[in-house]
Amino acid sequence: MTVYNGGGLPSGEASLIENYTYEQTQHRQAAIEIAARYSGSSDLISILLDMQEELGWLSREGMLEVARLLGMSETTIFGVATFYNRFRFTPPGKRRVQVCMGTACHVKRGGVILDLWKRRLCICEGETTADREFSLEQVACVGCCALAPVTVINKEVIGGMTTAKVDGIMLQRELEREREEKSGAGIKTEEQDAAENK
Amino acid sequence: MTDGISESYRALRFAAEAEARGRQSRETVVITVGAATCGRSAGALEVIENIEKALNDNSLTARIDIVGCAGHCYAEPLVVIAVPGQPAIMYSQITPDLAPLLIRNYLAGGDMCLEWALGAAEENDLIPPVTMSPRFAGETRRLLRRCGAIDPLNINEYIAADGYSGLSYALSGAPEAAIENIKRSGLRGLGGGGFPAGEKIELVRAAPEGMKYVICNADEGDPGAFMDRTLIESDPQSVLEGMLIAGYAAGASEGYIYIRNEYPLAAKTIGKAARQAAELGLIGQNILGSGFDFEIKIAQGAGAFVCGEETALIRSLEGKRGTPRPRPPYPAESGLHGKPTLVNNVKTFAYLTWIAANGPGEFASIGTERSKGTAVFALAGKVRSPGLVEVPFGATLREVVFEIGGGIPPVAKPSQAAGEIPVVIKRRFKAVQIGGPSGGCLPEEALDTPVDFDSLRDAGAIMGSGGMVVMDEDNCMVQAARYFLEFTQKESCGKCTFCRIGTKQMLDILNRIIGGAGRMKDLDNLSELAERVGQGSLCNLGRTAPNPVLTTLRYFRYEYEAHILEKRCPALECEKLTAYYISLERCQRACDACVGSCPTEAIYTRSDRLKAIDQEKCIKCHSCIDACPANYDAVQRVSPILALPEIKPDKTGGK
Repeated sequence: MTVYNGGGLPSGEASLIENYTYEQTQHRQAAIEIAARYSGSSDLISILLDMQEELGWLSREGMLEVARLLGMSETTIFGVATFYNRFRFTPPGKRRVQVCMGTACHVKRGGVILDLWKRRLCICEGETTADREFSLEQVACVGCCALAPVTVINKEVIGGMTTAKVDGIMLQRELEREREEKSGAGIKTEEQDAAENK
Repeated sequence: MTDGISESYRALRFAAEAEARGRQSRETVVITVGAATCGRSAGALEVIENIEKALNDNSLTARIDIVGCAGHCYAEPLVVIAVPGQPAIMYSQITPDLAPLLIRNYLAGGDMCLEWALGAAEENDLIPPVTMSPRFAGETRRLLRRCGAIDPLNINEYIAADGYSGLSYALSGAPEAAIENIKRSGLRGLGGGGFPAGEKIELVRAAPEGMKYVICNADEGDPGAFMDRTLIESDPQSVLEGMLIAGYAAGASEGYIYIRNEYPLAAKTIGKAARQAAELGLIGQNILGSGFDFEIKIAQGAGAFVCGEETALIRSLEGKRGTPRPRPPYPAESGLHGKPTLVNNVKTFAYLTWIAANGPGEFASIGTERSKGTAVFALAGKVRSPGLVEVPFGATLREVVFEIGGGIPPVAKPSQAAGEIPVVIKRRFKAVQIGGPSGGCLPEEALDTPVDFDSLRDAGAIMGSGGMVVMDEDNCMVQAARYFLEFTQKESCGKCTFCRIGTKQMLDILNRIIGGAGRMKDLDNLSELAERVGQGSLCNLGRTAPNPVLTTLRYFRYEYEAHILEKRCPALECEKLTAYYISLERCQRACDACVGSCPTEAIYTRSDRLKAIDQEKCIKCHSCIDACPANYDAVQRVSPILALPEIKPDKTGGK
């Protein structure tokens, strides 16, 4: 059992930190930087939101570090984080598919769209495909009810979704992947990189 | 001191008006594009880009004004073009592809493109103004009057449009006078509860001296409601001004805007607006030289519906789990950090601004006896002109849905022959759901109910946040009840047993009914559970969670009975009780429309070239019905499943 003593590292965890992977260290560093911008425990939600904004998700290591910095117990942090729908505890996919399940979208058969996404991606909501390409979420109303049913992909709102549009987006991804493979298996040369940046 | 305040305000107003005149006096074409969240999802940003390009290509000059949203969602993206000497014309649904054409035809070619126009934005002799159309004429716009008319990110436009005159007036008098003003108006909190706004401020004022807070509740979590977002994105200063007035009246010195996490643009907009107000000395120390200090901070939520409840919201602001606590003590006595706190909805604050500027008498001049002023509804679902609708309290639901909203849109189906007009199938109204997940579904008989706090409660619904979703005969009411209950069940914070477990049990019963395994006793159990959950919950989430079930049971009991006794879904929506099939008499050999539309490849071509549906694979997604040309109308639905007609097998027996 770990004992907390006024914000210091819990005994026995120092050696743990030394064995962190690159990603884990990155999350820990981010926690330290972000927590420094805020004053204390009443800003906990803002700290977690910023961390998620920067890293895409909340890892165990990141939250442990926040607990240490704020002098709060890990369970409190985890309790707050899991209470709110916004936080996710698995890495998101490159394309975050968020299917709106607001009233208007429901009335206009949004359920069928969610169903089809599940079917096409072979994952359930809250999961990420094995290649980390797509992740699927169900969100409460995004507030464009007149465009129902709505799917949001990486903050781009697509209104008037139909089953054909889902297939269209999948096909588009497939074509992009093919193009990438043709142009050198996804590994960009420095010249290509520079050309793209222009 | 009083003179000092109006003096400082006059100076601000003078500068703002000078800037406004400078903008108008130039003889240029002004193109206005609405770009709030909904406009952007409809492509407003691309429209602006394309307009700029088109202006360049045609070597024209024009000023492009980016404004907020006027709440006419059906018309997005909305573009207004004002050419000097001609009436300004409002164009609807100007997609990014259409925008360059409009610019070229009108500004370069002189053709007004009236086929895309909604009407003229102002009175004139040439073109009928939009105000003559029922969508505009039925509304009384007070809260939304500046939405879509001013640039939300330019405080001077707001001040030139009479902004901050209310604050200057309130600051010139004593705080008690400001409270008296609000009490005389009879304004009731527009967050749904309908508590008298003036009394609430008085309670906070009466609390012992010391630190006091004002919180603007912008955690608009009800699915289907978006008026708070529109107000913040399109007219943020009016909300800030209302908070300042409330802060002055209540004796508070710090304000928070708790904004929903799903509204990033709204948070950005109001943050910028607050900075602009602070630069002009309207937020901060010694506002307008009155000696009144007030700071406003923006706090973002993290996605929890229950945080719309005031005590839960306060906990969330303190960085804790957003669970409600018993009241009393009310936040007015012990709120944020244990200090007296005034919590109000976005619309209530915006209305405080309106009352301070126009006077309580003017405010109370419309509305019913117990609900004064106007109500804003977010009209969505199966309605022709969805969007925000502001009507005086006391207007009937029929007026809102049928006159302003335009009624139920018919379903348009493609015709087979090219160039033929799509066949239009009329749909009948079934129910209107008011007040989000805590509200109720009202049937056609209840359409003459006036909209005000008390009449709606008597009918079984609530004012709530003002979401209004229209459903037609294709919507199953058991499904609707299940949907709302599923939402509250998921969002229940888990504190009260009845809410946590009761809603789950109710949901299980509804799922059973929808799945075709319902029993008649389930209906009694549902009513009993609904009553218990309502009684045994601490906050309004739990107390009102059974409302959708109760109202559908009350008005649409026959649908429940059809599901249970006949295993039939009257709306043909419930998947387990409905089957899709293709009528061999109607199906045409030459047409393949349905085959391509099916996402699960359930439709196959028989050896006689007619199509058939593999019932095992069919997910009942409706795609084939949409795809089947209206003049064939071969895809049929039937419920109960047992009524599925036997399809004559072809010689090869399938594939």
